[in-house]
Amino acid sequence: MKPRRSGLRHSEWKAWLYLLPAILFLGAFLVYPLVDVFIYSFEEGFNFASQTYQGTGLYNYSYVLHDPYFIRALKNTFLIVIITVPLSTGLALLISLGLNKIKALKDLFQTVFFLPYVTNTLAVGLVFMILFKKTAYTDGMINVLLHVFGSPGVDFIEGPYWAKMFVICLYTIWVVMPFKILILTSALASVNPMYYKAARVDGTSPARIFFRITLPMISPMIFYLVITGFIGAFKAYSDEVALFGTNLNAAGMNTIVGYVYDMLYGDSGGYPSYASAAALILFMVILTITTINLLVSNKKVSI
Amino acid sequence: MEIRLEHLTKIFPGREKKNPKDVVAVSDFHFVIPDGKLVGLLGPSGCGKSTALNLISGLEVPTEGRIFFGEDDVTDLPPEHRGVGLVFQNYALYPHLSVRQNIRFPLENLKGEAKLTKEVMEEKVLEAAKVVQIEGLLDRKPSEMSGGQQQRVAIARALVKKPKVLLLDEPLSNLDARLRLQTREEIRRIQCETGITTVFVTHDQEEAMSISDSIVVMKEGRVQQVGAPQEVYDSPANLFVAKFLGNPQINVFEGEVVRERLRIGEDDVLAVNGAPDGRVFVGIRPEGFVWKEDGAFRCAKKSVEVMGRDSSILFGHTGAVTTQPRAIMDSEIASQKIGGEVRFDLRPKKVFLFHPETEERILFS
Repeated sequence: MKPRRSGLRHSEWKAWLYLLPAILFLGAFLVYPLVDVFIYSFEEGFNFASQTYQGTGLYNYSYVLHDPYFIRALKNTFLIVIITVPLSTGLALLISLGLNKIKALKDLFQTVFFLPYVTNTLAVGLVFMILFKKTAYTDGMINVLLHVFGSPGVDFIEGPYWAKMFVICLYTIWVVMPFKILILTSALASVNPMYYKAARVDGTSPARIFFRITLPMISPMIFYLVITGFIGAFKAYSDEVALFGTNLNAAGMNTIVGYVYDMLYGDSGGYPSYASAAALILFMVILTITTINLLVSNKKVSI
Repeated sequence: MEIRLEHLTKIFPGREKKNPKDVVAVSDFHFVIPDGKLVGLLGPSGCGKSTALNLISGLEVPTEGRIFFGEDDVTDLPPEHRGVGLVFQNYALYPHLSVRQNIRFPLENLKGEAKLTKEVMEEKVLEAAKVVQIEGLLDRKPSEMSGGQQQRVAIARALVKKPKVLLLDEPLSNLDARLRLQTREEIRRIQCETGITTVFVTHDQEEAMSISDSIVVMKEGRVQQVGAPQEVYDSPANLFVAKFLGNPQINVFEGEVVRERLRIGEDDVLAVNGAPDGRVFVGIRPEGFVWKEDGAFRCAKKSVEVMGRDSSILFGHTGAVTTQPRAIMDSEIASQKIGGEVRFDLRPKKVFLFHPETEERILFS
């Protein structure tokens, strides 16, 4: 059948009409700012008040990359990413496997493990404060425990770097794990039990069943979690604020997103050019990592 | 390997809220599957035939009774130590592994002394693939194959360890009609070639009758009849078996035996020597009607269904329990007259009497 020219155009019009609201909104609030950030990042000596700049070039990038605060933020972000993504995914997998095995109280445990997901970041932060923060009245519950075992304890919130890094990683894992558990338990439940029956009849050992059947079957979901986990961890900011307050530079716990925010609105802020450059550097980092992730997953995931 | 089931019973405990009653899936199975035979477990959905198969494979543990493979009591052995090959209804091929890896999978599980070298494994994989004629497809993924080919891979995987018993769960239900005919011949051929005692489960009587050496008809967890397909067809033990086997279905009428004569409706249709007086269910196979001018069985002809070589005469009868009784005969005879009264004589061998309450067969000569 020959498509009628006019009819085709008519339906195309309709399609564009339906898409228009989304296009307008995305254009105004997503695409335009993105392009603007890109332009900002090359405008040197931008003056916020007069909205003028002196020249274009790579100076903003050079400034950001030489800023010790940015380097610190970059290091923190990478550490958080490298520690929390594998750990949270691995732990979530272990817990999901456990949840998948048990029969009694399964629903209860699933709810319990999912609770942190629906809890507000700052509320969880408060709990962590009670656990870790030293105040005039208490050293924090963890320190109280450490004292029992004869250790002098350590200030997790305002103390040494490793202690702060430990708390923030623990916190991040705690916050991101429920979603991963949710995804993985449903992925595990969706593996057809006939595969396990077939494996049993063939006398397959539990370890082999896990590595040769379960893991490959849920690998698309694991890669999904790893990819989104990387992206999420690179964009970390609110968790740090919840634990260490808004002056993250002083605490030495700033992240890239935190740096971007500070450059825009912080006490030392008012530099949209530097902020844009930092944001674009973060974008490039995430793009690179995600590309690598996808390349690896295309090779490994075969279903 | 001969399989002996002794008073095998499987009860699934009822879950408290939803269905508080225990479910008796398999009740008092007691029969022998002879060595090297192909046996079909036949019954409607939910009759426990798959459970029976799972009991033989070891995936389920019986509540009562014993299972013997030859002289060995395997009741308490886990599936991997029984030496069974199991083919699942949906084949259960691992989608992420190639055909070769799928067939090799059971071999790779072998440990200790039984462990095989790569070369031996490859040899065995090829051998199994040859039996089911898929040696050219070894590097494909299951998703790149047709249902029939996947079925063959599943059989090859079940055969590769040289099991003593091959179990097939609804092996043909996922195939289209033509492939089904082809594959059931194939299963027959593979079974003959390997000589492995094979048990398969099906709800399709035609499938079971066509390839089995022996069929086991089941209903609600109980064995109704065991025997060669023709034997069971010719001599059903009860009304259920008579109705379940045969296509088109057997015609059932209400009748009465009076002084060794069978009456259906008004008509005195057949001499039934040795049958006691009283009401009965009468089963008459569609091929049991002989068209005759002055036949004893009168009925109202409604229409004719032409099937080529044969035709069905659909007729009405006041004593009919079957919703649409039919008689099968040569197309020439059937087309002679439409409407009005037709008369048949009955072939005594195609007529079965059943007790009205127990539905057990009443024999006559």
